[in-house]
Amino acid sequence: MPFGLLKYGFARSYPAKRLFPVRPPLKEGYDVVIIGGGGHGLAAAYHLAHDHGITDVAVLDKGYLGGGNTARNTTIVRANYLTPEGVSFYAESMKLWRDLSVRLGFNILYAQRGHLTLAHTDASVRTMRWRAEVNKHLDVDSELIWPEEIGRLVPSMDLSRTVRYPVLAALYHPPGAIARHDAVAWGYAARAADKGVELHPETEVTALLTTPDGSRVTGVETSRGPVRANRVLQAVAGSSSLIAGMAGLRLPIRSIPLQACVSQPLKPFLDPIIVSGSLHTYVSQSARGELVMGGATDPYPLYGTRSTLDFKEGLMGHMLELFPGLSEVRILRQWAGIADMTPDFSPIMGPTPVEGLYIDAGWGTWGFKATPICGVTMAHTLATGEAHPLIRSFALQRFRAFDQVGEKGAASVGH
Amino acid sequence: MKLMPCPLNGLRNIQEFVCGGEVAVMPDPATVSDEDWAEHVFLQDNPAGVVREWWCHAATSFWFIAERDTRTDEILRTYPAAELFPERRDFARP
Repeated sequence: MPFGLLKYGFARSYPAKRLFPVRPPLKEGYDVVIIGGGGHGLAAAYHLAHDHGITDVAVLDKGYLGGGNTARNTTIVRANYLTPEGVSFYAESMKLWRDLSVRLGFNILYAQRGHLTLAHTDASVRTMRWRAEVNKHLDVDSELIWPEEIGRLVPSMDLSRTVRYPVLAALYHPPGAIARHDAVAWGYAARAADKGVELHPETEVTALLTTPDGSRVTGVETSRGPVRANRVLQAVAGSSSLIAGMAGLRLPIRSIPLQACVSQPLKPFLDPIIVSGSLHTYVSQSARGELVMGGATDPYPLYGTRSTLDFKEGLMGHMLELFPGLSEVRILRQWAGIADMTPDFSPIMGPTPVEGLYIDAGWGTWGFKATPICGVTMAHTLATGEAHPLIRSFALQRFRAFDQVGEKGAASVGH
Repeated sequence: MKLMPCPLNGLRNIQEFVCGGEVAVMPDPATVSDEDWAEHVFLQDNPAGVVREWWCHAATSFWFIAERDTRTDEILRTYPAAELFPERRDFARP
């Protein structure tokens, strides 16, 4: 055995310290219980401890940390939305993303690539122009560009007029980026744990405990016993209706699978992130060279993450129209996440009619990019009891008041 | 290809169908409060289990009811809407 290896084995720094302690004994009660140990829940825990000094926090997850939609999204980060409420919110998130690696002391492989949303019809050119104007007004870098410039940014894309859906223009959003999704969850978890937050994976919430009249939350029942808490945050994506249902709440949410896949690794050839709403396609090339591809959500609600041939056929047909050169490339793996879709394609954030129960849901297909700002705003909301100004228009109450934030034109691809 | 047993057209590719959402009793639009109307329009049960839904066979515009298990993606039963709504329901004029 090489001597150097032996020396390493005896070194004090080996074995390396675990990133965070996992599953300490569950206490009887906490100041705050967060249901859902994904990016949003962990970011909220971190900001509760860091911004507000609330460290008696437990993060519960039925599986492992960051194993839900945090692990299943396609890692795209952008702020080129349509409504002023949406753009301001996601733009704040972008500011946090840029130095998140430094803040967390954890490399999240943040790569600014530029983001192109293709327009194949006059109607979508009009929407892109609208989005560009709203974006510029709110200091978000977006502009409408034409095929000549698109060709310079993406030489591998077929821009000829002889295809079924020729590319007419694109909304170009230079700050668009991708990041290592797992690292985001791990980074927040590690820094939250440093400050005293307890992480409890494999701890499933089976009931919400309330006062007899159901008006106030008093804790949660878990697979490892009951836990008292006067403030509970649910950040559980696809399972949002099920957790809220434990408190007797119905939500304007349908849980629908969103499938995605990656190709075998290729040499770097695709710098920007490409999205086409009309073709139900988005694609980016990861740092490893794999093409990360996704499409529209499934056509009906489901809680299962099965794979369908319909999805792959549809997606590949459109992918090949944009990148005919990929016809021999193989799919390496595919997966699905359960997206919690709202009618207006905006999230649901803030207090609920049940006192002490807070919600961060309705993240459908657009949740990953909001992770940092959700942490900040939900921590503020839990600490003060008042919704953070940036999320007031995303209140659950907006549906009863017919005051939705219509984001369908920019949320994702064809739903 | 997943198949949907249509009560009118038999087994067809599920791509020919549109899911119309959970079956819910519609309140009378002329008399209902704004709050209850919003609840009817927007809120869902969204259960993880058996759900009763409206479906439409797009090619023939035939609406019917399907019972599905949203955990297993199994279609348990489909039947014409007349089974649930045997009588025509008229609402008061606004």
